[in-house]
Amino acid sequence: MKSAVVVFPGINRERDMMLALESVTGAKPVSVWHAETELPRVDLVVVPGGFSYGDYLRCGAIAARAPIMQDIKARAAKGLKVLGVCNGFQILTEAGLLPGVLARNKNLRFVCRQVKLKVENNGTFFTNRMEKGAVVSCPVAHGEGNYICDAETLKMLEAENRVVFRYAEGTNPNGALNDIAGIMNGSGTVIGMMPHPENMIEPLHGRTDCRPLFESLLAA
Amino acid sequence: MKAKIRVTLKTGVLDPQGKAIAGALGHLGFGGVGEVRQGKYFEIELAETDRARAAEQVKAMCEKLIANTVIENYEIELA
Repeated sequence: MKSAVVVFPGINRERDMMLALESVTGAKPVSVWHAETELPRVDLVVVPGGFSYGDYLRCGAIAARAPIMQDIKARAAKGLKVLGVCNGFQILTEAGLLPGVLARNKNLRFVCRQVKLKVENNGTFFTNRMEKGAVVSCPVAHGEGNYICDAETLKMLEAENRVVFRYAEGTNPNGALNDIAGIMNGSGTVIGMMPHPENMIEPLHGRTDCRPLFESLLAA
Repeated sequence: MKAKIRVTLKTGVLDPQGKAIAGALGHLGFGGVGEVRQGKYFEIELAETDRARAAEQVKAMCEKLIANTVIENYEIELA
């Protein structure tokens, strides 16, 4: 499984993501600088978390228009798997690869804590090693994670089983609609999520709850 | 030519920053403050001298970058 991790100025979770990918899949991911115009041949592209461009204008707005995003969008349209985590999720919505917006947290606070994450759809490339309905612990760290979209889009996401992860047990940290923590595109090849599974895979992280998510990549 | 752009949240979109500002105004003793909505203001200098072409160009900028039209409206003024 060959993977690439995209690096924008201001991103700070790319190393954690690369270590997680390598630790579980055994293959070292390549890092791709935002100013490049062509992706290497890979099976998966990950847009990691952080604060690309200092969150100027809107979170993810500038990164979504970076040169490398043109190729990511073109390849995603042909079925390349794309995973966006935290700022990466914001970037994917700004790029139009996923619907909706991650707005300012409802309570205005930056949240940095563990939440309970429920796997709603275990048929995806990132959840196929999980039980449907399984609840795992996962850290979040964001100021803009309040998922919102229009009523029609929300209805479509729910009807098409495109909500991949939901905050469970009253741990919604940001006010997201329907407790949405992660969604996918229509074909299931693009997934975005606010929590940081890459930080819950080693015993030193405290728990290894999210390791099966990365193991799912091997089966996909 | 200069474009002045106002970006505001669409009606119904929650504005927690506006709420916080309303709260702070209350703390400062300003009475009678209703809902507060926060927006953004941009000034963009343009080389274009034709008004119609400039308007078209700025509209495209708003659609592609300046505003996120899922949750924001924009108003353009050319001066």
